[in-house]
Amino acid sequence: MLSREEIEIVILSVKVALWSVIISVPFGLAAAHVLARREFPGKSLLDALVHLPLVLPPVVVGYALLMLFGKQGVLGALLHEWFGVTVAFRWSGAAIASAIMSFPLMVRAMRLSMEAIDPRLEAAAQTLGAGRLGVLLTITLPLALPGILTGMLLAFARSLGEFGATITFVSSIPGETQTLPLAIYALWQTPGGEAAAQRLCMLSLILSLAALLFSEALVRRANRRVLGYDAIRRA
Amino acid sequence: MTLSVALEHTLGAFELDVAFECGAGVTALFGRSGAGKTTLVNAIAGLVSPRKGRVVFDGETLFDSATGIHVRAGRRRFGYVFQEGRLFPHFTVRQNLTYSHWFDRALHSATDLAHVVELLGIGELLQRRPAQLSGGEKQRVAIGRALLAKPRLLLLDEPLASLDAGRKHEILRYLRLLRDEMRIPMVYVSHAVEEVLELADQVVLLAGGRVAASGTVEAVMGRPDLRSAAGVFEGGAVIETHVIGVDTEDGLATLGFDGGILTVGNFDTKVGERVRVRIRAREVSIALSPPQHISIQNILRGKIAALEAQHGGSVNVSITVGAATLRARITRRAARQLALTPGMEVYALIKAISLDGHGGLDHRDALA
Repeated sequence: MLSREEIEIVILSVKVALWSVIISVPFGLAAAHVLARREFPGKSLLDALVHLPLVLPPVVVGYALLMLFGKQGVLGALLHEWFGVTVAFRWSGAAIASAIMSFPLMVRAMRLSMEAIDPRLEAAAQTLGAGRLGVLLTITLPLALPGILTGMLLAFARSLGEFGATITFVSSIPGETQTLPLAIYALWQTPGGEAAAQRLCMLSLILSLAALLFSEALVRRANRRVLGYDAIRRA
Repeated sequence: MTLSVALEHTLGAFELDVAFECGAGVTALFGRSGAGKTTLVNAIAGLVSPRKGRVVFDGETLFDSATGIHVRAGRRRFGYVFQEGRLFPHFTVRQNLTYSHWFDRALHSATDLAHVVELLGIGELLQRRPAQLSGGEKQRVAIGRALLAKPRLLLLDEPLASLDAGRKHEILRYLRLLRDEMRIPMVYVSHAVEEVLELADQVVLLAGGRVAASGTVEAVMGRPDLRSAAGVFEGGAVIETHVIGVDTEDGLATLGFDGGILTVGNFDTKVGERVRVRIRAREVSIALSPPQHISIQNILRGKIAALEAQHGGSVNVSITVGAATLRARITRRAARQLALTPGMEVYALIKAISLDGHGGLDHRDALA
């Protein structure tokens, strides 16, 4: 049914999207918690920074990444020197690009679910002996779990479709950085590739839809587990 | 046990400036809503950091703005029962009860858990989630959760406010159990006179962010001049009595106090039990000679201590009866006709007595 190449493209796309979520989750949780629970000067600046990838042209993000992580870039040079790791023009670079592009979506969902938690529950936990970390681990994170899962799955789905920043940063190398959207674009540019491109379009549609349906089911389950009743809190 | 509090705090336009001490037993922080009660109890708990002041518990400084000491809430070992329970919705009742044990393994004790569960009658609920509990059940679990952290002091912020009358009785019964059996010192925040009379030993009366009065329940709640600070509370006297006799045939109980005896309708009591009664000023009449051929059962002899003219043509009369002080509200004309003066010997005719401390929040027995 699917050709070998098609299967490889799907596997690569899923791998890139999974890693982009893994990279961004710790930062996403930290940003969401800080934005939801702390007041400090410069909070609106942080908020704007988090949302920047949503409004910036993706090609600008890709270009900035190339400047930072390229062989001559500050971070790229350091990574190469210290760990012998190169991310430019590698699948890991595609994961970084996707992580940044999907970051606003992830933080938004997580932040909303954290803001929805009654701070009085956290105060109650404090009176029972919990310190800051204790409150975070036993109250805030478990109660925000549905929103955290939503954020992760939205980011995953968004990463599956990442195009602009990826092609600018890591180019479109078959087998290395050519994810589904990049492959579709490449086939479209090739004479006689329309049919193959259409097959990949269908595949992309199915994959994204499956991810969203799975996310919905998971959130419903988490809500039932967390709150003891069936209530979908939409983030 | 001594808790000494001296705090100044600003909350918007509201100024809290209080100082008081409380000892063992139950101390009520009493006052109208907006008197600063919750802010104060949050500061004692360590949830609010006041602008200025000190909180000292048994010689241990928990907060001192001068030296920058602020012991965080979790280290104060004060239990806190909130108005709305605040159970953790993602844990079962059992997990809620033992929550504090995650942070202090030494607290873990199966016998304590069994004891608290039995005391509060929540054995049936252990596997349930808070969403499946009634209001009264939630509050019992919240009390149990605070107790299982082995608190040195229990803070209760209007724990009955969100409950209906029936549930109020139920929870008050458990709170009396805690007071009498576990002997945990409590600071009880309330704006309901009945709750204060039923539970408290001492009262700190708050009004407009300041301490308007403090002392024993009998002393503070009997003062007619505190009526406006206390809000709904009417002037009257609160007297501590003991049951000295029960007449099951007539359904009467006899209460003795230093100053005489009172007869009330029996209310399922035992001889020797402590009962606090409240006698409203408007339920007391005055006679100069012992009245005869009268149906009123409770007539006490005493001396007029003071007369205070009130707005609207009435006079508040304080009558010393033994160690207790009764209040009577009579008309100005009546006071003039009887030529009442301080030091005069009079008879107080009591038309109704409210009993507090027996499940009946406002159980009134008119005996005529």
